[in-house]
Amino acid sequence: MTGYLVRRTGQMVLTLFLIITFTFFLVQAQPGDYASFYVLNPDLPPEVKDEIRAAFGLDKPAWQQYLIHLKNTFTGNLGVSFGNFPRPVLDVLAERVPRTLVLFLTATAVSFYIGFFLGKAMAWRRGGLFEYATTISGALLFTAFTPAFGLMMIWAFAFKLGWFPVGKFLDPLVWRGADVSANYVFGNMLLSAAAFIAFALLVMLFLKRFGRRVPSVAAFPIVLGGALVIAAAWALSGIGGLALDIVKHMVLPVATLTLVSFAGTMLLTRNSMLETIREDYVMAARAKGLPDKLVRDRHAARNAMLPIVTSLVYSLIFAIDGSVIIESVFSWPGTGLTLLQAVRSEDLPLVMGAMLFIGVLSLLAHVIVDVLYVYLDPRIRYQ
Amino acid sequence: MNASGPAGPIPTPESGVEPGRGRVRFVLARLRLMWRSFRNGWGIFMESRIGTLSLFTIIAFALMAAAHPILMAFVWDPATYDPVTGYSFDQVEQPAPPSWKHPLGTDPLGRDVLSQLLYSTRSEFVLGITAALVTVGIATFVGAVAAYYGRLLDAFFMRLADLIIALPAISLLIVLSALFHLNLFYLALIIGVLGGFGGTAIILKSQALSIKVKPFIEAARVAGGGHFHIIFVHIIPHLLPLALLYMMFTVTSAIFAEAVLSFLGLLDIRMSWGIMIHTANTGGYLLGGTRYWWLIVPAGVSITLLCSAFYLAGRALDEVVNPRLRRRND
Repeated sequence: MTGYLVRRTGQMVLTLFLIITFTFFLVQAQPGDYASFYVLNPDLPPEVKDEIRAAFGLDKPAWQQYLIHLKNTFTGNLGVSFGNFPRPVLDVLAERVPRTLVLFLTATAVSFYIGFFLGKAMAWRRGGLFEYATTISGALLFTAFTPAFGLMMIWAFAFKLGWFPVGKFLDPLVWRGADVSANYVFGNMLLSAAAFIAFALLVMLFLKRFGRRVPSVAAFPIVLGGALVIAAAWALSGIGGLALDIVKHMVLPVATLTLVSFAGTMLLTRNSMLETIREDYVMAARAKGLPDKLVRDRHAARNAMLPIVTSLVYSLIFAIDGSVIIESVFSWPGTGLTLLQAVRSEDLPLVMGAMLFIGVLSLLAHVIVDVLYVYLDPRIRYQ
Repeated sequence: MNASGPAGPIPTPESGVEPGRGRVRFVLARLRLMWRSFRNGWGIFMESRIGTLSLFTIIAFALMAAAHPILMAFVWDPATYDPVTGYSFDQVEQPAPPSWKHPLGTDPLGRDVLSQLLYSTRSEFVLGITAALVTVGIATFVGAVAAYYGRLLDAFFMRLADLIIALPAISLLIVLSALFHLNLFYLALIIGVLGGFGGTAIILKSQALSIKVKPFIEAARVAGGGHFHIIFVHIIPHLLPLALLYMMFTVTSAIFAEAVLSFLGLLDIRMSWGIMIHTANTGGYLLGGTRYWWLIVPAGVSITLLCSAFYLAGRALDEVVNPRLRRRND
C-alpha cells in the first residue's frame, strides 16, 4: 500500500510536470508574449521596451525560459497578475481556491449521496413509472444546458421568489460596518465545517466499534447536538450575521451544481445494481428470507458501489468543469471565474496559474479515488 | 490484350482457385451476418421506449437541419431571414414577440430566431458527428493496438489516457480559446482527440483484451494472418458496436462543450444555440424571465433535448451491446 502510494504520487508529480510543460509551450506557440502587454504602449521609447523584455527574460532562448519557468513554478513564484496588477498570482489564487473547493466538495458529496440513493431505488423497482420518471428527468438535468439552467434558478429563486441573493460572494451592505475581512470569516467557517465533519465521523466510528447494542439512530441526536454547539458559537461570536450572509450566497450555486451532476451517479448506480442483482449471493440472501431493504442495501448496493467509485473520477472532473460554469453564472469568485476573467482580459500569468490549480485539483481527486477504491475492494491490493 | 501473356492474377494457394468469386461470397456472407445481428439489435433497441423516443427526437432535429437551406432558398428572403446578417425591418422594436412572419420572434438585433435555430442545428450535427468520428476512430485503433501488442505500447497509451481523463476538458478548452481562434472544425478536432486518447480508449481496450483471447484470433494466427490483418479484420469489427455506443456519448459532450464555450463568448463560430443564449444574456434579457421567453427557451430546450436524445439513445444501445443489462424474461 505504501509503495503504491509512493508510486502514485510520483506519477502525479510527473503528470503535473507534463501539464506545466504543455501550458508553457502552448503560450510559446502563439504570437506575441508576456511583454506585449506593456510593450504595445506607444509612449514607451524602444530602449525601455528592450529593458522590459529583458526583465521578463524574453531575450533568452526558449529552453532557458522554460527552465526558469519550471524553477519559478516549483518554488511557488507564479508571477504577477496583469489584471489585479500589484498582486502576485499565488496571492489571488490563495483567496479564490478555497471558495471553489467548498462549492465543489459540497456539491459532489451531496450529489453522490442523492445519486446513489435514487439509483439504488430505481434498479430495485424496475420498469415502473418511477423508473421512467427518474431516468428522463435525470437525463434532462444531466444534459441540461448548465448556464441556462443556472440562470433559470437565479430567475426563479432569487429574482421572483427573492429567497436567495442573485449572485456574488457577499452582500456589501451587510459587510459595510464589519471590521473583519471576508477571507477571515470564510476561513473560520471552513474550520468549523471541518471540525463538524470530523466530529460526526468520530461519533459514527465510535458507535460502530463499541456500540453494537446501540442502534445507529442514536448517532443523530449526538451529531445534531454538535451542529447546535457550533451554530451557537457562531451566533455568540458577533460575526455570525456575516457568516450567514456567505451561506445564503452559497445555497443557490451549490444546489444548481448538485442538481446538474447527481444524475450521472444515479444512472450509473442503476446499471451497476442491475448487474449485481443477478448475482447468486443476492438470490441466496433473498432465499434466506432477509428483509427486502436489507438485501438491497447490504448485499446488492455495497457490491454495486465499486464501479461507481471508479467512475467517481469522471464525476469529479465533471463537477470541476461544472463549477467553472456555475461560478461564471453566479459570479462566485472562485478559480473558475478567475480563469474565465483572466482568459477574457488575456491575463496570461493568471490563466496559467489558474489552470495549474485546476490541474492539481483534478489530479488530487484522481489519486484520492484510487486510494478509496483499494480501501473499498479487499480483492484489490496494489503491490 | 494478349491472352497468352503474363497479365492477370496468378492463382496462389492462399487465394483459392477463383479468388474473385470466393472473396465476393465471403463479403456477402459477412454482410448477411451483419444484417442479421443488426436486425436483432434493432429489435432490442426498439423494445426500449426511451430509445425509440430519443431516436425520433434525433431524426426530428436532423429534419430541422435539412429544412434550413431549403427554406432559405425557396421561402425566406435572405435580407430578412439570414441567421447572422438578416434584419426584420417591419418590426417597430426588437426583440419582437412571435408573429406569423417570425414564428419564434426576433432577437435583440432583429434577426429571426427560428432561422437561427434551424441554421445552428446543422452546425451542431456537423460538430457532434465530426467529434464522434474522430474520437471513435482514434479510440478503436488505439484500443485494438494497445490490447494486441500489450507491454510498452499499452502502458504508454493507458498512462496517456489517465492523464487526459484527469484534465477538466471545459477548463482546458477555455484556455485554448484564449490562445487560438477556435472554429467549429478545430473544436470538433480537439474534443475528438481528447476523447479518443482519453476514457473511450480505455474502455475499448478492455473490450479488445477480451476479444484477443478468443479462439478465432488464435485460429487466424495459425492460418498465417499478419498482425495488421488480425487487428483490422478480426479485432476492430468486434469493437464497432461498443464504439457506436461511445459515439453517442461523444456527440452529447461535444454539443455541450460547444454550447458552453459559445455562451461564454469564446468561440469563432457564425451562429449556434450557445451564441443565441449569449446574445440574449449580454443584452440583459435573461432576467426578464418569461417576458422574453423566445430568446432563451428555443435554444436552451434544443440543447437539452438533442444532448439528452443522443445520451438516452446511447443508453438504449448499451442494453443491445451489453446483454447483462437486459431485462430478464420472468
